[in-house]
Amino acid sequence: MSRLYLARNPRVAARSLDGEMMIMSGRDSTLFTLNKTATILWQSADGATPLDEIVEQRICAEFEVEPAEALQDAETLARELATHEILEVSEQPIVERRASGDSR
Amino acid sequence: MSGLLQEMTAKALKLNIPLNVQLDLTYRCNERCVHCYLDHHDHGEMSTAEITHLLDEMADAGVFILTLSGGEIFLRKDFFEILEHARRLMFCVKLKTNAVLIREKEAARLRGLGIESIQISIYSHRPEVHDAITLVPGSLKRSVEAIRFLKSQGLKVIIANVLMIQNMQDYQGVRALAADLGVECTLDPTVTPMMDGDRSVLGLNVDPSSLRQVFRDASLVGDVDEFCAIPAPAGEDELNSTPCSAGHTACYVSPYGDVFPCVQFPLPTGNVRKQRFVDIWRDSDEMNDVRSIRLKDLPTCSSCSHVGSCTRCPGLAYMEGNMRGPSSQDCEKSFARTGIPSANMLAKKPASAKLVQIRSQPTPATVSASAAIA
Repeated sequence: MSRLYLARNPRVAARSLDGEMMIMSGRDSTLFTLNKTATILWQSADGATPLDEIVEQRICAEFEVEPAEALQDAETLARELATHEILEVSEQPIVERRASGDSR
Repeated sequence: MSGLLQEMTAKALKLNIPLNVQLDLTYRCNERCVHCYLDHHDHGEMSTAEITHLLDEMADAGVFILTLSGGEIFLRKDFFEILEHARRLMFCVKLKTNAVLIREKEAARLRGLGIESIQISIYSHRPEVHDAITLVPGSLKRSVEAIRFLKSQGLKVIIANVLMIQNMQDYQGVRALAADLGVECTLDPTVTPMMDGDRSVLGLNVDPSSLRQVFRDASLVGDVDEFCAIPAPAGEDELNSTPCSAGHTACYVSPYGDVFPCVQFPLPTGNVRKQRFVDIWRDSDEMNDVRSIRLKDLPTCSSCSHVGSCTRCPGLAYMEGNMRGPSSQDCEKSFARTGIPSANMLAKKPASAKLVQIRSQPTPATVSASAAIA
């Protein structure tokens, strides 16, 4: 199975409010809020760390969940966020980033 | 405001987070609008380093929506450097500009930086009216060209039209122009005093009958009967609510680093050159004083029939002398909308001579009561 890499879309606006990310789409200004799991994915989406490592090191470490099930859920979530152009998902590391994506 | 943004704003209010900040980068301007509230001389603007440091502090404080305004923001040679820094910090950036300096190249750079929207002031669809307000010949043509450049880049543009005596007859023309350009249009019938307190520009405000006309224009307000309805009595929740977002989830920073509750509320609360932004936001006595006000605490307005529906601006009230007092301009708006005078208007009304005086005195039985009316 190929590995997936996630990167934050530099065109969105984002801020953490009480542990949850507010994300405004750069496409149509739609506002999203991410729950804690999605926030972890967002914060870990550096384009270089594979999704399975994010799940293992960040999600399974924090939540009591089976790794295989967590990976499947995370991939579904990442692809959904990609449809809203919040995240980019690729089977290759995503190295060229225009903005740092400093998600305070 | 979307439901989700309302929810986030409520959360920010509870957590004392300044979700929304307007930062004026300069008061210098290439237009000289007759109604402008600013002194355009540079009295020591913050440097690039000071502004980028402030943006770092704002991001740490939780600011999400950042409006960059002026003056004319494109007069700052470091404007794009500041904007790039703001976007690296992932602010939702909104710009306010006259757009005169935006050409294809600038429009393309703005597109690349992923800003949320650009608000551009247009006062009339007729050059002779718009340019007479900006005092710059050719300014309407330049601004409209810029809107086309921005639209061709797929950017969201909002035309802001301030209504005053000079352009009262043109707002439908501006709306038609906006429709033709494919952009949104807002209308604000309020000319505000200058930040130094000079109220002479208020003479440019539209007269009460024109205001009534605007408030009864269904194309602007939707359901006129609903918009102009007699206000319902305020409930306990409304009386316990805060007047507006100024100082609660929003504030304003001047080009000199002064922090105010709002651009229309020039109560000094601190300066970011001397203190951290978040310390001013959280600990300033003045900011906390603003925060403490509830509608029920307003000496005149709490007993006014409009209290639950009035657009009372605490900043305009402050500029009238008391931030807990009424804002006469909003009283006039409530009156124009509903025909019902505000408590403030009634209190100011000169005591009228008694037209009817019934004297208690013995009168002959043949004299009717009307004869007793002096």
